[in-house]
Amino acid sequence: MSRAQGASAVKQPAYSPGDRVRVLKVDAPGHIRTPYYVRGLEGEVERFVGYFRNPEELAYGRYQGEKRALYRVRFLQTQIWPDYTGPRQDTLDVEIYEHWLENARSGA
Amino acid sequence: MKGYHDMGGEPAGPIDTANHELALWEKRVEAILVLLRARGIAVTDENRRSLESLGANVYLNSTYAERRIMAAANNLILKGVITVEELARKLAEVEQRREQLP
Amino acid sequence: MSDHHDHHDHDQDHAHPPGYRHPLQPDADDTLTYPRRLEIAVRELLIEKGIFTAEEVRAGIEEMDGRTPENGARVVARAWADPEFKQELLANPGRACESLGYVMDTTTQLAVVENTPQVHNVIVCTLCSCYPRALLGMPPTWYKSLAYRRRTVREPRAVLKEFGLELPDDVTVRVHDSNADLRYLVLPLRPEGTTDMTEAELAGLVTRDCLVGVAVPRKPGSK
Repeated sequence: MSRAQGASAVKQPAYSPGDRVRVLKVDAPGHIRTPYYVRGLEGEVERFVGYFRNPEELAYGRYQGEKRALYRVRFLQTQIWPDYTGPRQDTLDVEIYEHWLENARSGA
Repeated sequence: MKGYHDMGGEPAGPIDTANHELALWEKRVEAILVLLRARGIAVTDENRRSLESLGANVYLNSTYAERRIMAAANNLILKGVITVEELARKLAEVEQRREQLP
Repeated sequence: MSDHHDHHDHDQDHAHPPGYRHPLQPDADDTLTYPRRLEIAVRELLIEKGIFTAEEVRAGIEEMDGRTPENGARVVARAWADPEFKQELLANPGRACESLGYVMDTTTQLAVVENTPQVHNVIVCTLCSCYPRALLGMPPTWYKSLAYRRRTVREPRAVLKEFGLELPDDVTVRVHDSNADLRYLVLPLRPEGTTDMTEAELAGLVTRDCLVGVAVPRKPGSK
């Protein structure tokens, strides 16, 4: 499933489907594709999507950086929005890059 | 600080669900952007970043196509494909043409 | 938000025959706003510099106009009719669509999310307006609107209601914020009473709105 690698050694995705992960609660300038509304929240890895060039670097014309692991992370709506009125099992999936995630248990 | 483009979850009014056909100029904007990408002049995230740098007032008060062409123009200047001087001169020319119309 | 549309508007899903192309609308000169002057200026400069030609712009528009939601509808109809294709579509969406002649932009990747009796998917791009153009053509104005981008992640059921779709509580609504390089297509649930339909007839049930997730295919014989 992973795409062609760069010159570095074969990488493995850090997370697997089912892993509980937390999105880093980080504020930074620049072009960030992690939506603000999920930062700091815990979700579950739904799948590893693949390796992609980092949009944060591409945005500034730097096309040659190392590819980063991208995951689809699933969140419960009731855990994102305090006023969510729909059923408790409604979910929201967002694609999050590995460098925006940490283990929800240990914080590694 | 949250970017003004990063708007998921913000309150908003009703959605205009009607279909609106794109105007010809709006299609030209899209065609131009596709060609610029094909020429390797800007990648998608450069276009996105440029959109995110338009300023809240412009971003939130312009249509999609308006934002796209303004962001593209900024990118072209940034990359040195066109100069401000060239663009200003051409804009003046366009304005002059319009005034000459009956 | 300003709205400079100088062309005819439509109500909802109006009845045009399949394959109907709206004629290119001439631009009205009395609304030559700054962004429109900018488009003219940028285009002419880039043509003068040999970045592209006027013909290439025209051809680009023709190509965009040639991509319509009928593409996505055909993919869905094939998936409904052919279980092997459906499997391939879910496992390798890009490749499956290519086998039908629909090629994704090389910078993006297609994802297909399947509606089931228990799960209804709806797509939004909160950060911009990412959309599977190869399969659906140009995104509708509502998809690009600030209101859709703001509200769909937070109150999807209220948004769907505005499109005329109400789902019971025992159906999970799953929102996909298409924020990376993936473009999403919803594979709607095949309606009842369609077992004898041809693929072309099946495709006729699948509207653009079904493929984004704000509608479901109508049952044959219903309005």
